[in-house]
Amino acid sequence: MTASLTLNKITAQKGISIAEAANRVADLGWTPSYVQEAMTFPTDYKISKTPRDPMKQVLRSYFPMQEEKDNRVYGALDAALRGDMFRNVEPRWVEWMKLFLAIIPFPEISAARSMAMVGRLAPGEELRTGFTMQMVDEFRHSTIQMNLKKWYMENYIDPAGFDITEAAFGKCYATTIGRQFAEGFLTGDAITAANVYLTVVAETAFTNTLFVAMPSEAARNGDYALPTVFLSVQSDESRHIGNGHSMLMAMINDPSNHQLLERDLKYAFWQNHAIVDAAIGTFIEYGTTNRDKNKESYAELWHRWIYEDYYRTYMLPLEKYGIKIHHDDVAAAWDRIVKKNYVHKTAQFFTVGWSVNFWRIEAQTERDFEWFEHKYPGWYAEFGDFWKWHAKLSVPGETNILFNSEVGYSYPHRCWSCMVPCLIREDFVCDEVDGKIYTYCSEGCRWTHKVAFAAEYEGRATPAMGRFSGRREWEDCYHGWDVADAIKDLGFVRPDGKTMIAQPHLRFDAKDMWTLDHVRGHTLGSPLRGFRALSPIEREVATAEYRKGFKINPCH
Amino acid sequence: MSAQTSRAAAARPIAIAKSGAAGAAVFPGSGSRKYNYFEPKGRKATHYEDMTVDVQPDPERYLLQDWIISFPDGTPTYSKDWTAAKSSNWHKFRAVDQEWERTHYQRQSTICGMVQNTIENGRKSGAPTRFDPAWVKILQNHLGAYKHAEFGLGTSTMQAQRYGYTQMVNNAILTNSSYKLRFAQDITLYLSEIGLDLPGFDNAAGKKHWLEDPIWQGVRKSVESVMGSNDYLEQYFATNVVFEPLIGELFRSGFLMQAASAQNDFITPAVVSAAEADYERNLANTVELFHILGTDPTYGAQNLALFNKWLAKHADLALDAANHLQPIWSQPRVKVAAFADALAHAKNRIKGIAAELGLTVPANLAS
Repeated sequence: MTASLTLNKITAQKGISIAEAANRVADLGWTPSYVQEAMTFPTDYKISKTPRDPMKQVLRSYFPMQEEKDNRVYGALDAALRGDMFRNVEPRWVEWMKLFLAIIPFPEISAARSMAMVGRLAPGEELRTGFTMQMVDEFRHSTIQMNLKKWYMENYIDPAGFDITEAAFGKCYATTIGRQFAEGFLTGDAITAANVYLTVVAETAFTNTLFVAMPSEAARNGDYALPTVFLSVQSDESRHIGNGHSMLMAMINDPSNHQLLERDLKYAFWQNHAIVDAAIGTFIEYGTTNRDKNKESYAELWHRWIYEDYYRTYMLPLEKYGIKIHHDDVAAAWDRIVKKNYVHKTAQFFTVGWSVNFWRIEAQTERDFEWFEHKYPGWYAEFGDFWKWHAKLSVPGETNILFNSEVGYSYPHRCWSCMVPCLIREDFVCDEVDGKIYTYCSEGCRWTHKVAFAAEYEGRATPAMGRFSGRREWEDCYHGWDVADAIKDLGFVRPDGKTMIAQPHLRFDAKDMWTLDHVRGHTLGSPLRGFRALSPIEREVATAEYRKGFKINPCH
Repeated sequence: MSAQTSRAAAARPIAIAKSGAAGAAVFPGSGSRKYNYFEPKGRKATHYEDMTVDVQPDPERYLLQDWIISFPDGTPTYSKDWTAAKSSNWHKFRAVDQEWERTHYQRQSTICGMVQNTIENGRKSGAPTRFDPAWVKILQNHLGAYKHAEFGLGTSTMQAQRYGYTQMVNNAILTNSSYKLRFAQDITLYLSEIGLDLPGFDNAAGKKHWLEDPIWQGVRKSVESVMGSNDYLEQYFATNVVFEPLIGELFRSGFLMQAASAQNDFITPAVVSAAEADYERNLANTVELFHILGTDPTYGAQNLALFNKWLAKHADLALDAANHLQPIWSQPRVKVAAFADALAHAKNRIKGIAAELGLTVPANLAS
């Protein structure tokens, strides 16, 4: 036997190349001649060029590869239990997972559905296999995340909130932003939704903060399950990014598409920023107990993943095709994160609203203050007293922070576009659309509703573009309700029928837990109703006043 | 920082449980360890139900703010109007095969391994070169043509999985699509690989027959009619209630799997058998869904009338397509399967399915 003889050499036989296999598979399609293909979801784009499949993978290799990835994930979950992960996990972190994991399975499955929309639009069949794999990937993501959530529910000290998860998703004021995110993938113009908003922007840019940056923080909090699941999920994203880019390249050479592409890149970037940065920024910065000053803050992570990785290496090269890139929006988003405290104001808002949540939020402490001040100079002056108030008012019997006038917090308007409240007060704007007044967190969101989601864009008819609909201001759903009745209606009550699921602390003792009786006697209201009732002059005054902001009172 | 001392007040000592593990403390809700927002089909929720139910929301259940983006004509993100079928409870359906991602990948991966091993081992032993030459032509031309039918149904169900009103309906259609598209690729790669061992094997012949051969035009028309339907449930119904028994099983089991071994081909039946097993699962899901709709307390009668209409329309096309395939049964050198027997079996199969669903078998299938 020669030294170079291997089993592989003995058993090897001639096969077809990967490229050849991909070509043969791509040739499965044909143009129907007996019956026209079913009505598809319309687009205003023209797609005349056949998109190429950069991955050149076939299902025969895809399924075993995915099964292997799954085996690793489920093996790791078993190992985490055997290693008693939950004994050391930080409850502060897991509590935020009640919100995050309530949101994410629906966007994932929405992405699977949206593959139906792009699958029919692309000429040729080469990318069909890529879309097929993405469809099954997204089915994977949605159900693997439901499984992770169930696993937390079964093994974490406080399962309340996980147990109502999908019901909570449909009702909560915070998950509403996740619904906007998900519906954006699969409603309206098929290319706007399924290509630009989903694959080109959400998956190419923002999954890095969602599925890479966030798992790192989970690991720092003793949670090894989330990184296991989400880094496995992220490993599928490169395929989706490839699908998105390939489809984009099939459209970008047609100048008649440029106007729409510029609109959609701008809309998708701004809305992804408004939604994803609000939520993930809060989880990473406020869900952690790790205050290592050498680790990157969310702002630093954003700079790495969104600015350097996406903006500089993905978006800027699109200019050579004649696309005008919305540089100002990237700069504005950066300013909102580093100068205007967008993430901190979101965390503050979630905390003010703790009683209508379905997870616990404990107060930030001295250790946290140090870290925030180090990473975001000036943080303490603006937010320090607020968190002290939250600690002070976390005891049952205190007046709920949402209604406690001593604190000095002023409840915000809701942005009609991204559905995050208008937290950066100086950027607040309002406008009239179809005869009604709406409020927005920023100029970018005003533009999205009034200009982008319309039947015409810069003089061009856009008959396929979607519209905003539904009861988009959550507060309006409970206008005039006592907060205790609203919480009951939301279903955010524990099995004893009186103890609230949400708690403003991490004290796992019945005597420390708030019940409906502790919050009863305060009425919820819709800020928009009041705003609309004002005369134009009064509205101007109210807007100027709102933009001035508020000051949290000292907490002694 | 100078403010440090005054801030110390905020750092109140609080009693935090030492462990974050289940059972470390007892308090209201600490034992609530099951998803509690839906009614399981059985006594206890299955894992599939926990992974699936209510992930796609519904304004009639928990979607407080309704759908928040619409199509330009006002149609919401999901609409009941995307099928002519009606239901008093779209949430009742549970997929019989109980598939979620893990079980789906396990099954698909097992099939890929089985098919690949069969082909590799067969080729290693030189099996394709021992296939009867007439049979090789049949594989090249007719199995080669048939793969496009599988692909067409795969793309059709891929489209259909966007429209269902619940996660359970859509995921069942999604896995159906995944199985069909895998099988279309299985055949494509199988033929490509044995083609390496068979001088003169023409990989392009299958598509040519699919597009031009009169034998296949009925099947193509039948598939294009499924793909062309604007009703996603009609697509699902026509695929599994009509096309599969009358054409899919007819050609796969009624011809390929029966005739192959007599032509020295022991590989094709193993490759094709995967599709038969796929179909059993897809059929079970389909029958469950349409049985629920056909026995709906409010809409059962009108649904049955609709399904009878779909059955008649697609069965006409499929029966015509099946009859056009007849010449293939005469082409093998060793004839072991008779078309008449295979068709009779196919008709019995569809009659059985129709009976399960309470449908009226069209006259042309009755004989």
